[in-house]
Amino acid sequence: MSEQATPSANVPPEQEPSTDFVVRLGVAQRAGGLVVPVLTAVLAFLAGGIVVAATGHNPLTAYRGIWDGAGFNWIFHIPWNTNTVNLDAFNLSQTLLTTTTLILVGLAVAFPFRCGLFNIGGQGQYLVGLIVANWVGVSFASWPTLPHVLLGIGAAAFAGAAWAGIAGFLKAATGAHEVISTIMLNWIAIWGGQYLFGQGGPLQNTYNPAAPESGTVVQSAHIPVFWGNPVLQGLDYGIFVAIAALVVFWLILNRTTLGYEVRAVGFNPEAAAYGGINVRRKYIQAMAISGAFAGLAGALDMLGYLFQFGVLDVQASQIGFLGIAVALLGRNTAVGTGIAAFLFGGLLYGTTRGLNPSVFDPSLAGNLTSMIQGLIVLFVGADVFVLYIWNSRRKLRPRRRAEAAAA
Amino acid sequence: MTNHAQPLQETHWAFQPKAIAVAGSILGLVAFWSALPPFTVRSPLVPILIGVLAIAAGLWAVTRGTRRLGWGAIASGVIGLGLGLLATRSSSGNLHVVFAADLVAQVFVFATPLTFGALGGMVSERSGVVNVGLEGMMLMGAFWGVYGADKGGTWVVGILAALAGGGLFALLHAYWSIHLRANQIVSGMAINFLALGVTGYFFEQLYGNQNIPSGVSTVPNVAIPGIDHMAYLGPAIGDLNLLIWVGVAFVPLSYFVLFKTPIGLRVRACGEHPRAADTVGINVYAVRYAAVVVSGMLAALGGAFLSIGFGGGSFTENMTEGRGFIALAAMIFGNWRPFGAWGAALLFGFSTALAYRLPVYSSSAATLFQVLPYVLTLIAVAGVIGRSVPPAADGQPYVKQ
Repeated sequence: MSEQATPSANVPPEQEPSTDFVVRLGVAQRAGGLVVPVLTAVLAFLAGGIVVAATGHNPLTAYRGIWDGAGFNWIFHIPWNTNTVNLDAFNLSQTLLTTTTLILVGLAVAFPFRCGLFNIGGQGQYLVGLIVANWVGVSFASWPTLPHVLLGIGAAAFAGAAWAGIAGFLKAATGAHEVISTIMLNWIAIWGGQYLFGQGGPLQNTYNPAAPESGTVVQSAHIPVFWGNPVLQGLDYGIFVAIAALVVFWLILNRTTLGYEVRAVGFNPEAAAYGGINVRRKYIQAMAISGAFAGLAGALDMLGYLFQFGVLDVQASQIGFLGIAVALLGRNTAVGTGIAAFLFGGLLYGTTRGLNPSVFDPSLAGNLTSMIQGLIVLFVGADVFVLYIWNSRRKLRPRRRAEAAAA
Repeated sequence: MTNHAQPLQETHWAFQPKAIAVAGSILGLVAFWSALPPFTVRSPLVPILIGVLAIAAGLWAVTRGTRRLGWGAIASGVIGLGLGLLATRSSSGNLHVVFAADLVAQVFVFATPLTFGALGGMVSERSGVVNVGLEGMMLMGAFWGVYGADKGGTWVVGILAALAGGGLFALLHAYWSIHLRANQIVSGMAINFLALGVTGYFFEQLYGNQNIPSGVSTVPNVAIPGIDHMAYLGPAIGDLNLLIWVGVAFVPLSYFVLFKTPIGLRVRACGEHPRAADTVGINVYAVRYAAVVVSGMLAALGGAFLSIGFGGGSFTENMTEGRGFIALAAMIFGNWRPFGAWGAALLFGFSTALAYRLPVYSSSAATLFQVLPYVLTLIAVAGVIGRSVPPAADGQPYVKQ
């Protein structure tokens, strides 16, 4: 009996006998695709609020402070806000700057996820991109801006792709688990950065041998700023690169053969191999594309507003890890990742430099961000369970019907 | 290579390829050590001879099918020979500073959190639950350990608080992985982020700008009578922290429990083939819950060592700084076995201890030794020198039928 049931479970949804069930399932998944992440975020903020309340602070003022610190009050200003230089506008521009990075490190997790790979190495790939961009930005001082920036971005994306490609290659060639290899590559990149920027390192600055810091990116490699003061870390054109990356992500996944094959491997690698897809090559390609996104994030940060990076910055940097939360909350889709990146960008900036210290202590708020990040990842993990139930229902249905028919 | 024919005569254990390979690995270390204090042989011939002997032992073992250990012996011989040669050529004054007897003590200090973490990870993964949340559980142990020691007045309360903190987060991970059947890596990473936030938040909330008060009760050192005043052994192992010895004791203990008792057999059965374990009446869920919680408690002990053991009653945000991940690497490099994991923890501890001493002479060499654990683990999972193979059902949720 099970021999009859098994093939019918593999029939694509269009050919399933009961159309009303398929329609209901589709609606539920689409609704689940929106309801579950929203619920996840609400739950995480609620739990974070409970901790804040339990420790004797008012969670509403704390969240209000974070909201204002992120500059979100600029958007919801009535009447329509036209002042683009006040504090709220500045905060919003800083939030968008963080969003730029988060979109790209989020995509770096989301793309391999669609191929069934979990890329924890976003931090390492981001650092590699950052280092290469710094090297390009410090060198080639005589170049004009456009080619210089493009070279920096391109080289960083390529380096990130190569770095992540190591994990993809090891997975394809030897079956080494990508989670382990990307964790190891993260730490190799972190120590590599400390060596390169450290005292006596090859990329250390030339003007102050006592400072373990990189050289400063020359003016010609700065990405131009279009909102705010370039001296005060205004918003640069990098955000449009990140938005373009979202479109590219969507195009690759949904409109190319490569994307189709990547998704097929993600659904079921054995079935994909049976269908003639070179699964190993897809692993390498998916990881390389992911690394390119993360490397790009590093380049946009370095050439957009950092310009210089020190050993201590390498140690403190955590933003690549946030890509996991961004991608999971965004359900590994282009639009979802964009929205989740904006949310986390606001949270990250609104709990640190944007936050008014008299409203809520930023050292507490920064940790609140980590907590909310952890809770979101945790609840999204439980959401996998919700989907699991849906999928097992779909598998159970035809089997029951076959059993009923036999009886 | 498969052993399809048993030899007619039982070979004495000391002449079996495995024993020879282990001896070869040790010889490789000796080759290096001969050129260091307290021996400080200045002739290059000695490390060369011993190193060649180690390589020969490794080759002999490899040709007889003991590939993993044999290649280990060859690698150890080559590295020992090379480093020994380098040491004979550098000034003995430098050698006495870098390789002073307290280097051994320092290796133990760096290896202990890794030992606890790696043993913890091993217990969890042997039962079939991947635990990438070791870092977070360690961090919980570090913070709640020092908090308990501060408020409870004694380090015993601190250890209990650390166990509770790590165990609680492990329980969360267990519920998510076993009951909700969530992706165990997602859940483990969530534990890491959550622990970073929770410990940081409560550290700021409870201590604010004042930091942990000085004079918090810490885990005492054990002075071994007779050894603590000896010339070389004294500074090496004469006066080590109690938790270091506990960690060392846990290695054979966990080996015994996992491989020689019915409990261990049940744990391993759940990690290799949960369905079969279930069929013979083992409660897979209960075993996995227990294993994950024990895993979290072990990792928490490693964290407590950082704050109230060697750390002398201190805490900083993100105090573990990735040690949980090195512990994970040590577990993988040790092939999910207690002595393997401990050996890897010692190797990684040695490489970190060297890295802390070398910057005076060469900062690039120091970085090299910091990175070594990760590179070695990367090579190990790629299977260049004998493949690291996880338990068969590692990471797969079990669905009872």
